[in-house]
Amino acid sequence: MNRWTRDQMAARVARDIPEGAYVNLGIGLPTLVANHLPPDREIFLQSENGLLGMGPAPAPGEEDPDLINAGKQPVTLLPGGAFFDHADSFAMIRGGHIDICVLGAFQVSVAGDLANWHTGDPDTIPAVGGAMDLAVGARRVFVMMEHLTKKGEPKIVERCTYPLTGVRCVHRIYTDLAVLEVGPSGLELIDVVDGLSIEELARCTAPIASGSSTPGR
Amino acid sequence: MVSKVVGSPEIAVADIRDGATIMVGGFGMAGMPTALVDALIGQRARDLTIVSNNAGNGETGVAALLKAGRVRKIICSFPRQADSYVFDALYRAGKIELEVVPQGTLAERIRAAGAGIGAFFTPTAYGTMLAAGKEVREINGRHYVLEYPIHADVALIKAREGDRWGNLVYRKTGRNFGPVMAMAAACTVAQVDRVVEVGALDPESIVTPGILVHRVVAA
Repeated sequence: MNRWTRDQMAARVARDIPEGAYVNLGIGLPTLVANHLPPDREIFLQSENGLLGMGPAPAPGEEDPDLINAGKQPVTLLPGGAFFDHADSFAMIRGGHIDICVLGAFQVSVAGDLANWHTGDPDTIPAVGGAMDLAVGARRVFVMMEHLTKKGEPKIVERCTYPLTGVRCVHRIYTDLAVLEVGPSGLELIDVVDGLSIEELARCTAPIASGSSTPGR
Repeated sequence: MVSKVVGSPEIAVADIRDGATIMVGGFGMAGMPTALVDALIGQRARDLTIVSNNAGNGETGVAALLKAGRVRKIICSFPRQADSYVFDALYRAGKIELEVVPQGTLAERIRAAGAGIGAFFTPTAYGTMLAAGKEVREINGRHYVLEYPIHADVALIKAREGDRWGNLVYRKTGRNFGPVMAMAAACTVAQVDRVVEVGALDPESIVTPGILVHRVVAA
């Protein structure tokens, strides 16, 4: 089966981020999106530990332990960037000031429920970070994940079986097989990888809305 | 003459009592007041409740305090990290209590304490297991969870510069929880890289005004 690579997925997400957007990229796969933002668009990256105008990783030897991102990796600040405290940072997030947030996920339901913080395994030490704040606070929540688990099970499901991060909060899903919008009547197909039929896609996805048209490509 | 400057981290934390609730600034190691935490390890207080974003990295800062067996409970958003092995072992052995709070809710509960807010409704965590047992209210068609403030006896924070009145400026993302924790504690202790003269800090740039700070120590 043809699949988009992680970088192709990141480039596909980046294509949908408009000029002027204030964007928070979650830890993991979503951080790759930063490498694919079109240089001709001014896009502002927010990191919830307290910076806006986040730039790329510093050159080796230029790392500053006081200049890190939400994943605690060294980053840089672009000209015009700003620092702020945690209450201000999460007021930006919870107050609806972030245009787009891109998050990883274990599961997303057809209604847009998100499960991305806990597998439900009782032996796991729970750690939530800013995931629940971003899920409910960003104006649009994009999920970026593999379409299937390593065992080949769908990650887009009727109902999440993992503990929820947020209820009906996901707007769009980017996988290695397709781009799907969470619409009022179910999932709508926006894009699909070359060579994959809608029937094949549907077999590894919770139901796609019947009214969904073939994407224009 | 008012001077909140104290001579050493040890003096700054000497009166912290058993059972105290202590906020510790920092996000990972950025903004972690390591000298103050080390001084706290050096004094006798135990049975502490720690409020901090993480549960420590490696064996420094909060992790060192946990390793010394001084902490009964930790309230944080993200305890589990690649190098949180000290916390992980204590947790799995049932030797420490954990309250996981979404990061924004943690910041806001601290801020609420500092601002005199009795409680607040937030949409964060609605419908999740972190809202279990909490009061929920629908306001203008959206569901919210009731959250209460977190007060502390002491806040240990790190800033770049401070003056003898307690005015503070921070450094880059090391600011993180410092300003809100400074508001929420009965006694706020600021570890600074250097103490400067009153008037030396640009009043337009002071992030935490001295009213919120009780002790300043260079370390």
